[in-house]
Amino acid sequence: MTRGLSRESRQGLTLIGLPFGFALIMLAAPLAMVITFSFWTQNYLDIDRTLTLANYQEVFSQPIYQTLLWRSLRISVIVTVVTVVLAFPIAYYLSFHVKRNKALWLFLITVPFWTSYLLRVFLWKVILGYNGVLNTALLEIGLIREPLTFILYNANAVVLTLAHAWAPFAILPIFVALEKIDRSLLEAAEDLGDGPFRRFWRITFPLAIPGVVAATLIVLIPTVGDFITPRLVGGTDGLMIANMIQIQFGKANNAPLGAALAVTSMVVVALISIAIYLVGRKIGGRVAR
Amino acid sequence: MSVFKPIIELRDVRKSFGTFEALKGINATIEEGEFFSLLGPSGCGKTTLLRMIAGFEPPTGGDIIIDGKSMDGISANRRPTNMVFQSYAIFPHLSVADNVGYGLKTKKLPKAEIKREVDKALSMVDLVGYGNRAAHELSGGQRQRVALARALVMRPKVILLDEPLSALDKKLRDQMQMELRDLQKTLGITFILVTHDQEEALIMSDRIAVMFEGQIAQLATPEELYRRPATKRVASFIGVMNFLDAAATSHDAAGLTLDIAALGKVTLPASAIPPNVHPSQITKVGIRPEMLTLLFDHDDRAEKEITGEVVSSDYYGDMTYYSVQLPQLASPVTISMRNTAGRSIAAPGSPVRVGWGTESVVLFE
Ligand SMILES: Nc1ncnc2c1ncn2[C@@H]1O[C@H](COP(=O)(O)OP(=O)(O)OP(=O)(O)O)[C@@H](O)[C@H]1O
Ligand SMILES: [Mg+2]
Repeated sequence: MTRGLSRESRQGLTLIGLPFGFALIMLAAPLAMVITFSFWTQNYLDIDRTLTLANYQEVFSQPIYQTLLWRSLRISVIVTVVTVVLAFPIAYYLSFHVKRNKALWLFLITVPFWTSYLLRVFLWKVILGYNGVLNTALLEIGLIREPLTFILYNANAVVLTLAHAWAPFAILPIFVALEKIDRSLLEAAEDLGDGPFRRFWRITFPLAIPGVVAATLIVLIPTVGDFITPRLVGGTDGLMIANMIQIQFGKANNAPLGAALAVTSMVVVALISIAIYLVGRKIGGRVAR
Repeated sequence: MSVFKPIIELRDVRKSFGTFEALKGINATIEEGEFFSLLGPSGCGKTTLLRMIAGFEPPTGGDIIIDGKSMDGISANRRPTNMVFQSYAIFPHLSVADNVGYGLKTKKLPKAEIKREVDKALSMVDLVGYGNRAAHELSGGQRQRVALARALVMRPKVILLDEPLSALDKKLRDQMQMELRDLQKTLGITFILVTHDQEEALIMSDRIAVMFEGQIAQLATPEELYRRPATKRVASFIGVMNFLDAAATSHDAAGLTLDIAALGKVTLPASAIPPNVHPSQITKVGIRPEMLTLLFDHDDRAEKEITGEVVSSDYYGDMTYYSVQLPQLASPVTISMRNTAGRSIAAPGSPVRVGWGTESVVLFE
């Protein structure tokens, strides 16, 4: 994130130049289409190609869209915070306390990914359902008298499912950042009088910030736009902006409005990501890598 | 400095890694204000011993006493020692000033005082005005100075240095050796230096502990180490030494008579025999290259003389090292000569007179 890293990433960019160009075309074309669509209008199946801001006006005037966008952001921020906060100790343990078989541990962390995302969301449904694994177990041991209902078909279930799904993506970048820390820096800090707690906040954490920022962005960006999880475990209270976009493109037959919603949420996410990156760079200080 | 006060006492300090014994009972007393070096080949346990003094590794046996207190169970952050790491371990996310002031901040000193102390330490290591630089904007030598300033500013009882100069080029290393030595003498802080460079240890130290395989082979002043190495191994580790077969023929109050291969019989005065040497067990003696002389001119004289033949010569600018074959010896001996004005270099194959004296002979255990 400073001069040293940008040289590294420039080399990287040269290497991935070709696939990058391919991805750019495959991304740029649909993106251009979505943006164009957002300035058109649709009446049932007829597309009116006159440019207009009507869709954006609707997005910003109808409370439902703002509610959904806010909820999406709130859920994804909570998911990100929960995931990163839980991932950090795991990555820390892996990096500092596992002496042998680190590779095996990393491998084990990826085990949940051997099944599809959809299947894993379904599994959470089975676990959290009214007659699900969790409720049955709690009823059996007498901890509850009636099945818990606040655990499925609401925002909590969405947070839980997404946090579980994205955990490895948060663990890995933090782990890599921690692995990169020269252990003699920690000894030097101790030598200069720091106990473990002070040392963590003055050396380990600041040097891990690039990893934490990466983890935050990796989890935050895709979760804002997730639609499978809210659809399957979110109920009506847990629906997110992506579900609305899907409805507009599908049942509602209003692709231009869907496109405007997509562009709006994309811009919002981009702004948030840039802000996180800048804040991370500021507190990460002058880390030369 | 007439009153010596021990600052560090190592009492039968041991360290094992699994079944491997890295340190096999180290005993030493280090005086306050002393420049003490741990010298030995790679893997002999120097770093391990230094890290145990610093508190990064617990000993598996024995006791380390610093300033009169046993360090058993005392962690590194509570010891009156500070370390200069081989890699320097400069905190990459902090400026030079924040690096140097790191430990003072832990001590909760007021900001103004930290700044004053940091400036003072930076001027001690000749880095005035570098406070705002980032760590990656420094050269190797400058990083080394920052690491030193960061330790100095804490005013510890002892500064531990693990091969601090090994990453620098020769010229800078020579300069830093002098600077380190001067700084240590001015401040009077005890320095313990780990090095595998015998020249560095000889130049800088008040005393040197020569270590082999987890044990101290000899602990002495540089001069004593050079002139009276306790064992053959120490003798060959410190400087260059010619070894010649020898045996004692008689030993009485008058002295010790030795029969040395190629050189013949010589009687050493009783005072020249170190107490740890048992004359009956002598099988080899040593002679330093500079204690042998090539007698170029006809009227050059020495206490004793022998004739040999030059095998080869290596020219070092100020010195020339000759390989000279002496009669009855399996391999040639090394002789060093200063290249004074008007002295030519003897060509290989030419016969030479080699001068030596009873003072040249070094005895070992
Ligand atoms: N953590 C460890 N685990 C196992 N063996 C170790 C460990 N640390 C050191 N050793 C062993 O102990 C011995 C002494 O190591 P040490 O690092 O003290 O050597 P050294 O004298 O500093 O050598 P060098 O000049 O190469 O730095 C070596 O044989 C080394 O392999
Ligand atoms: Mg070492």
